[in-house]
Amino acid sequence: MIHHLFLTGLSAPQALHIPDGFLSAPVAIAGWVLTLFIVAYALRRTRDQLGERQVPLLGVLAAFIFAAQAINFPVAGGTSGHLLGGALAAIVLGPWAGVLVMTAVIGVQALLFQDGGLLAMGWNIMNMGVLTVLTGYLAYTVLKRLLGTTQTSLMIAGVVGAWLSVEIGAVAAAVQLAVSGTSPLNIALPAMVSVHALIGIGEALITVGALTLIARTRPDLLTQSAKTGGTTSAAWVGGGLIIALVVAVFSFAASPEPDGLERVADNHGFLGLAQDPLYNILPDYTIPFISNGTVSGIAAVVLGTLLVFVIALGIGRATRNPKSIS
Amino acid sequence: MHIHLHDQYQQAQTLVHGLDARVKVILTVLFILTVSLTPFGAFGAYIALFALIMAVALLARIEPMYLLKRSVVALPFALAAVTLPFTVPGQTLLTVPIFGGLTVSAEGVIRFVSILIKSWLSLQMAIILVTVTAFPAILWALRALRIPPPLIAIVSLMYRYLFVLFDEAMRLLRARAARSATQAGIRSGGSLAWRGQVAGRMAGSLMLRSFERSERIYNAMLARGYQGQLLGLEHGHLTSRDVVAAAIMVALLTLILLLSRI
Amino acid sequence: MHHKIEVENLEFTYPDGRKALHGVTLIVQPGEKVALVGPNGAGKSTLLLHLNGILRGQGTIRVAHLELAEANLGKIRAAVGLVFQNPDDQLFSPTVFDDVAFGPLHMGLPEATVRARVQSALTAVGMQEYRDRISHHLSIGEKKRIAIATVLSMEPEILVLDEPTAGLDPRARRTLINLLRQLDMTMLVSTHDMRMVAELFERTVIMEDGRIVASGATATLLADPVLLERHGLEMF
Repeated sequence: MIHHLFLTGLSAPQALHIPDGFLSAPVAIAGWVLTLFIVAYALRRTRDQLGERQVPLLGVLAAFIFAAQAINFPVAGGTSGHLLGGALAAIVLGPWAGVLVMTAVIGVQALLFQDGGLLAMGWNIMNMGVLTVLTGYLAYTVLKRLLGTTQTSLMIAGVVGAWLSVEIGAVAAAVQLAVSGTSPLNIALPAMVSVHALIGIGEALITVGALTLIARTRPDLLTQSAKTGGTTSAAWVGGGLIIALVVAVFSFAASPEPDGLERVADNHGFLGLAQDPLYNILPDYTIPFISNGTVSGIAAVVLGTLLVFVIALGIGRATRNPKSIS
Repeated sequence: MHIHLHDQYQQAQTLVHGLDARVKVILTVLFILTVSLTPFGAFGAYIALFALIMAVALLARIEPMYLLKRSVVALPFALAAVTLPFTVPGQTLLTVPIFGGLTVSAEGVIRFVSILIKSWLSLQMAIILVTVTAFPAILWALRALRIPPPLIAIVSLMYRYLFVLFDEAMRLLRARAARSATQAGIRSGGSLAWRGQVAGRMAGSLMLRSFERSERIYNAMLARGYQGQLLGLEHGHLTSRDVVAAAIMVALLTLILLLSRI
Repeated sequence: MHHKIEVENLEFTYPDGRKALHGVTLIVQPGEKVALVGPNGAGKSTLLLHLNGILRGQGTIRVAHLELAEANLGKIRAAVGLVFQNPDDQLFSPTVFDDVAFGPLHMGLPEATVRARVQSALTAVGMQEYRDRISHHLSIGEKKRIAIATVLSMEPEILVLDEPTAGLDPRARRTLINLLRQLDMTMLVSTHDMRMVAELFERTVIMEDGRIVASGATATLLADPVLLERHGLEMF
């Protein structure tokens, strides 16, 4: 967020770039593992879909998303609406190309501008580059099928897709912060959800404005991505991730001790952590905690996603179109 | 006209600048990982880690003030952890008479402060990395560390056009500003939806131009024999200096981490 | 007749430390048409961007008798129509009508007035038939004229143009020069096109290195080859 402040005093406040230090090591590493799988898959799908075109196209479009995040409009009292871009990238480029584009953007933001941490990059990519992209894409595609392809229905689909994409990213970030013990879920979740409900409006307006211009000027760009596919796999992976996220949220709520992490930490005592023997280097991983609602929540997310991912891979292989479109 | 997106690389001839990019990237990650694994409240370890940062900064001839100023960046995110002093159970430090009496616990304060410090330490090392390593070298290092080449190629092209497209976005904003006029006595600015739509159209037209630009670039690449691989030359070889530096850093980090848990 | 530009001792330094303007003083009288010439990097575009407050430097600027200040920006932008070099940067709406209507719409004018203004602006640039066309699909010459229309629809008193003929083929260039000749407004135009300068502008200002190095009647300045060469200019 702050690289913008260096430039011209424009600020693009984005509350989703988690810096290092706010996620615990095991949470961060889990995020990286998940990201590596999904980005690897996205690379494979995009290579099939775009071939050698993918580098110039996705490279320039990643630069576009980055630049477009600076385009804002006044909302009220000095705040402004702006774009994150996941839904837009997905709708115009397709889900997996969208994932790659956002991954590049988030990676560069973290590396070059320290907008988001390096360890935290795994979850930042998941939140802003995968969840936003897949959610936006799925919501848009489903609504388009339900409502038809008139101008109005495209706008509605775009608005809902963009707004939901931001909300899901926010929910995920709240969960990660909670599991890391940085912010209890019963505070983080409502805070993130409500703030991003407003931010989502900005996202929705800009996304739809862009889509309607493109639909009017180069409609071929929008139909093209519909042809090259990715919907099925996006549905499996995206659906799986969202379900896992919902499970994680509810497992927190269902856990007899909603502030379970703090309880547990208290039992051992912070300063007492220092006395633990060496094998407790990663206390959050050790077995005595398995009964804790927190860890079962993480396990649900990771395992569920990996499972879904493997299934999606299988489906992708089985249904792959032998003709590559380039 | 160029708007200044700060490329933070500061070229210089120092021990640190001369290290292999792969070593620098790995050590940065190890440092941040060490910070992450250091327990809450281990203030001695935090000081040692900070000393390590300052040592590296001095060796790299980076102005400490520059580092401190740039690392103020993460402060706003501190809000995410701000409830900790009130929610973490522990020994009560004081009671704040709002919301029916909120207790501030010592453990909560320690955890909150620790998170801020850890974030700040991680940030500083990340800043040092990009100050002493040119971005193309970082990309080369990532590729050598097994990040898939197509992704590296995409990021590389993105970097090349980042500033160009950012300039275009800035010019769009200026063009809009130039036409954002008011007339006395009338409420200006249009509705929220209209403003949002205009911003969206600006983004949309920039997106279209980006598509077309990518076509031109693709054609230029084809004209130079591109077949899907962006080849590059080696950026460096490991020397004994790299090995020694890595060994020292790893040893210090391990030592600090172990001591912090005693 | 308010339409006057008064710049006094303008200094401007970019955030990266580069000083672009070293005390520029310039006055454009109401109704005058002034050409701003000089090599690339002289600070011409930088100067122009100060005239409607997009860039803010040190010094005094008064436009149409309004002091350049935060409170006045809206009115100043209505009074000064600034047209940028690259029309793609200014045509950001799907249709020509939308782009030309942006200014009046932002001003809060009623719909009937907006339509009327779009009509007269497009007529002034000879592009009435293009009203419903898609901006993206136009040629560069057409886009440049539409870009001027997007500013005319705000009914400014002063027109400021950055390189209006750059990139145009001879026919499009001729059309644009005729258009500028017909517009009866105070004008300040930055350009490399010396033939247009000789044709249209009674006064010429030469800039180099962020300073004004010469200012006077166009005929006089352009007849001095030594002066021109010293500042990187060529006459035909």
